[in-house]
Amino acid sequence: MPSNPSPVAETPEVSETPVSTGSLGEHEETRKVHAALTRSSTGSADLRELESGLDSLQSDTVRKARVDWSRILLPVAAVVVLIIIWQAYVSLGLKRRDLVPGPLDVAQQFGALWADGSLQEAVWTSLQRGLVGFLISVAIATPIGLLLAQVAPLRRAFGPLISGLQVLPSVAWVPAAIIWFGLTDSTVYFVVFMGAIPSIINGLISGVDQIPPQYRSVGTVLGASRLQMAVQIVLPAALPGYLSGLKQGWAFSWRSLMAAEIIAVGGTIGFGLGSMLNQGRDLADMTIVMSAILLILAVGILIELLVFAPIEKRLLQRRGLLSGSTR
Amino acid sequence: MPVVLENLGKRFGDGAPVLDDVNATIGKGEFVALLGASGCGKSTLLNIMAGLEVPTSGALEVPSDGAAFMFQDAALFPWLTARENIELALKLRGVGKADRRTKANELLDLVHLAGAGDKRPHELSGGMRQRVSLARSLAQDRQLLLMDEPFAALDAITRDLLHDELERIWKETGRTIVFVTHNVREAVRLGQRVLLLSSRPGRVVQEWNVTEEHRTDAGLAGQLTGVITARLREEIRRHAK
Repeated sequence: MPSNPSPVAETPEVSETPVSTGSLGEHEETRKVHAALTRSSTGSADLRELESGLDSLQSDTVRKARVDWSRILLPVAAVVVLIIIWQAYVSLGLKRRDLVPGPLDVAQQFGALWADGSLQEAVWTSLQRGLVGFLISVAIATPIGLLLAQVAPLRRAFGPLISGLQVLPSVAWVPAAIIWFGLTDSTVYFVVFMGAIPSIINGLISGVDQIPPQYRSVGTVLGASRLQMAVQIVLPAALPGYLSGLKQGWAFSWRSLMAAEIIAVGGTIGFGLGSMLNQGRDLADMTIVMSAILLILAVGILIELLVFAPIEKRLLQRRGLLSGSTR
Repeated sequence: MPVVLENLGKRFGDGAPVLDDVNATIGKGEFVALLGASGCGKSTLLNIMAGLEVPTSGALEVPSDGAAFMFQDAALFPWLTARENIELALKLRGVGKADRRTKANELLDLVHLAGAGDKRPHELSGGMRQRVSLARSLAQDRQLLLMDEPFAALDAITRDLLHDELERIWKETGRTIVFVTHNVREAVRLGQRVLLLSSRPGRVVQEWNVTEEHRTDAGLAGQLTGVITARLREEIRRHAK
């Protein structure tokens, strides 16, 4: 290798000149300038060694992650406290017991619903619909979102409409859906789509908007075609924003689904959690209503904890975006 | 000549010209330092050479296959490891899947980062990131390498080492390098030729040759640095109100 053949005659120290004086303030220093102006290492092997020393000095040692029990115990404690408060309030006897049932009454109803199988049926039916509806929404919304984010005229044309659709409560589509599709599963799915798709599109668009412009420049310089730019650079760069869009999309799916199930009952529509809620109202049985509400909440929390939280954590960790957060 | 700039001009909208009548020729395998104060349009000039922006007047000749580019911040993709970043450049260049891995490892070894291939950008120090970035721009395999103040954000120790590193790689690979900087010492340390760009509008006002003696004789290098600094300040003073 022909590199750096001549050792530096002077002291091979690194110059002490300030880092970023740039063009200013160097007039007086010109006499003192030494090694940094010439080579500061004495050969390839030396350079390799110097660099590896500096690399290890400048790299953080990897910290082992350990299980943080407060992450599990604190939320559990919060729930326990809330249940105790609830029980205490009911024990005061300020309201009629059939209007405000206590945790024990609800637990009893839970048991009864479980025993006759309607609880499992309702959770399964709703969860299945919610997930299928959500996944189809993702498949529809992702290409549309990418297209809108990448093609300016399309974005200008449809952007406001999509944002508007996100504001429109998807329950508003239930009457229309019933007229078009009758009391069938199509009605439920239609309402889910109208809730989830706009919010996933919006999440993806805002994710794309937050990409540092430099990434695109790098893509251009590296010779990426339009499609390569979208798939290899824009989509992965927008992933954190896209993921929060997906989370919101799931929330919208789940909510829309409940709304649809409460309103559209009968026909070929099966028995979901919303139907259970509606049944509780018809029977004026507050324990069923409470059970249904708690189940709807529990499914939402479980999906967040078991599906989205791990994905998000992994995603952010890999990009070095987790340190300093309170999660 | 890989790069010829003729009466090159650039203005944004109706504003004052950023570049005006820039003339330069850069030979194959040459290392040219493009020096200027802030706001002299040196980055714009580099972007034009890279094809990221178009000139408003004049003509330029660059290699038909384009140029490799290295940015001030490493601009590595955070979702890819160091090796995958390099592999992406190879992939976009059309290198087959089988060769990518080997090639990326070779390049990592070239910048002395053979052991860090599986690390993600946020796990690397600033200097290491710039070296990965250098390896990525080498992966583009273009004769012309454009560098936009690539070491400006690094600490002094790291920067001195990277100067040695870049010089070594330049000699090993025989690239043509255009290196933009606002640091006179850096320009003298690295360039075979230093072009001074005036500010508003940017124009090549003077150039100096840096010989091999300058590299080994610190006194000589210091002298040249002084001369160039004086000329640069003269340019800056012209803008005093």
